[in-house]
Amino acid sequence: MSTPDGSTPARAVAGGDQAARNGAGARTISFSQAVNEALAEEMRRDPRVFILGEDVAEAGTPFKVLSGLVEEFGPERVRDTPISEAGFTGLAVGAAMTGMRPVVDLMFGDFLTLVMDQLVNQAAKTHYMSGGKLKVPMVLRTTLGATRRSAAQHSQSLHAWVSHVPGLKVALPATPEDAKGLMKAAIRDDNPVVILEDKLSFQDKGPVPEGELVIPLGQAAVKRQGSDITFIATSSMVYVALQAAEQLEAHGISAEVVDPRSMVPLDVDTLVASARKTGRVIVVDEGHQSYGVSAELAAVVADGAFYHLDAPVKRLGALDVPVPFSPPLEDLTVPTPNRLAALARELCGAR
Amino acid sequence: MTGRSAASKSTPRKRGTAAKGAGASAAGSRAGEEAAAAHLLTYRQMMRIRVFEEHANELYLTAKMPGLTHMYAGEEAVAVGVCNALARDDYITSTHRGHGHCIAKGAHLDLMFAELLGKAAGYNRGKGGSMHIADQENGNLGANAIVGGSAGIATGAALSARMRGSGQVVVCFFGEGALGQGLLYEVMNMAQLWKLPVVYVCENNLYNEYTHFEETTAGDILSRPRAFGIHTAEVDGQDVNAVAAEAARLVERARKGEGPAFLLAHTYRYYGHHVGDIKRDYYRSQDEESHWKRDRDPLVIFGQWLQDQGIATAGDLERVEAEVREEADKAVRYGLEAPYPDDSEVTMHVYA
Repeated sequence: MSTPDGSTPARAVAGGDQAARNGAGARTISFSQAVNEALAEEMRRDPRVFILGEDVAEAGTPFKVLSGLVEEFGPERVRDTPISEAGFTGLAVGAAMTGMRPVVDLMFGDFLTLVMDQLVNQAAKTHYMSGGKLKVPMVLRTTLGATRRSAAQHSQSLHAWVSHVPGLKVALPATPEDAKGLMKAAIRDDNPVVILEDKLSFQDKGPVPEGELVIPLGQAAVKRQGSDITFIATSSMVYVALQAAEQLEAHGISAEVVDPRSMVPLDVDTLVASARKTGRVIVVDEGHQSYGVSAELAAVVADGAFYHLDAPVKRLGALDVPVPFSPPLEDLTVPTPNRLAALARELCGAR
Repeated sequence: MTGRSAASKSTPRKRGTAAKGAGASAAGSRAGEEAAAAHLLTYRQMMRIRVFEEHANELYLTAKMPGLTHMYAGEEAVAVGVCNALARDDYITSTHRGHGHCIAKGAHLDLMFAELLGKAAGYNRGKGGSMHIADQENGNLGANAIVGGSAGIATGAALSARMRGSGQVVVCFFGEGALGQGLLYEVMNMAQLWKLPVVYVCENNLYNEYTHFEETTAGDILSRPRAFGIHTAEVDGQDVNAVAAEAARLVERARKGEGPAFLLAHTYRYYGHHVGDIKRDYYRSQDEESHWKRDRDPLVIFGQWLQDQGIATAGDLERVEAEVREEADKAVRYGLEAPYPDDSEVTMHVYA
């Protein structure tokens, strides 16, 4: 990923904290390998787990994330579907209600618009409407993120839409390690879980511990320690935040980077604790800034850390425009390390 | 749970009980007696639906029931005939007009009334109400307030049955209004591609809410599933014997792995779209309603057949009705007297 300021996000530096804690040997693998590994391990562990979606079998998805799975598990459990997003998501809901644990592969996050009834009116509400009798243990994995030159219908970050619906859980892995651990937790969860992966992250590499790795939903991770300002960064904005933090060091500003990792459930305590420590917060998220998750995260932090704050909580989201195709225009729409660092300096009194 | 009546406990769960032995009421034959008992149970089930809906309407008119409800009266033979072809662990998905499916699949009237009244003793602790009753113990995956919304769930349950090797069959009930929803065609395509054990039962009661289906439905209905290569059948939905026989055939076909089917049942709803739809002259005539109620009533048709076959006397049928009315009266009282859920329940069951 190139940014408008020509910098390269420092992706390889993120992650590894879980590996260190586990004391397990960590290898360096790509984000897509990590997702693939999570799915394969869970499918070996539990025969109820299966994948369905467009071009998931021999094609292994356009991003090749699922390559090799159909060879191991066969076309029944890695099931190619017609181009019928609402239909196969509906099938997953019914299969989940009756004893299976489907993982829906929705090729682009923009196609959430096509499956909203099945996700919002069916999957999310079934447990509640049935008075707790029925469960919908399914995962829907899809993408977010712009700057892939894919224009307005293949570039959106619509995680706010699903985060707004009680009954759904929503995870946003930033690193290969989180991608694996959160996917495994999602598959084992008895609720519908939407996992949104940044399609620009698939080839990024990072340390992932050997052996079992399950990262519970609702546990934020401090990806960088700091003392002057907190960046609450979601998904690949973690890399934007880490790079901004490096830039700020030269200005004597110490930035902490906290990744909530899941929107629902949300680890309010970790976010608030960091805000109380640093006294300044910027929320960085690739969804449109207006009415996005950044507003919720900012509100939660402002509420929990009000008496510890030295400045208003700020948001940095994507511009409120459809994502343009033209590269120079598209690059203007997303948060960048330079813009984040500039905003941070302003907030810290231009040190 | 309390308040379950003896009548509702006797709901048959054996496969194909009503379809077999039609007319075989020869005295002394055990098979004949069983068949006769099954037929009387079919009559009872239809009567339970009819009387349930009378009470639901009354609860609305007397302002005892919150919200609205959509009545199934007039369509009883479809739900009962189809569910007679199913085993208890076979699945159904239902619609906003779902009380009939729910009862036919084995539900208890008292727990249903409690649900309609928003009480904690209801099937879904009062959280679903009329349009969302789910009774998983009897394979009812739930009514659905999105027209056509359960087509995916039904087809997914069929995929699940196939993958688990359970031998279960799924029936997806929907009205002809759902023919306008794209989801139905997406999932019928997959059901036929993968030969899933699902039977789509289209209850054509003539009206998409307040509009005659001919104003909304192009072409021939059955040519739609046929375009996917799905096996189709058509039946008089007021004749429970005809429905049961056709459903049994389609269900067994699906169970044997021969793939999905589409059953079009011609029927009629006696009430309006919902309880509040009282002035209906602008979309259908009194004459039309009278014709169906007088000449095409499923209880009258089946009751007459039972008498013609010597399976039951008029007195037997009156006795069944009296017992059902007593059961329903008790069930309504149970629902009315049951407590509402505790406030603490409002945040329960958001997540499993």
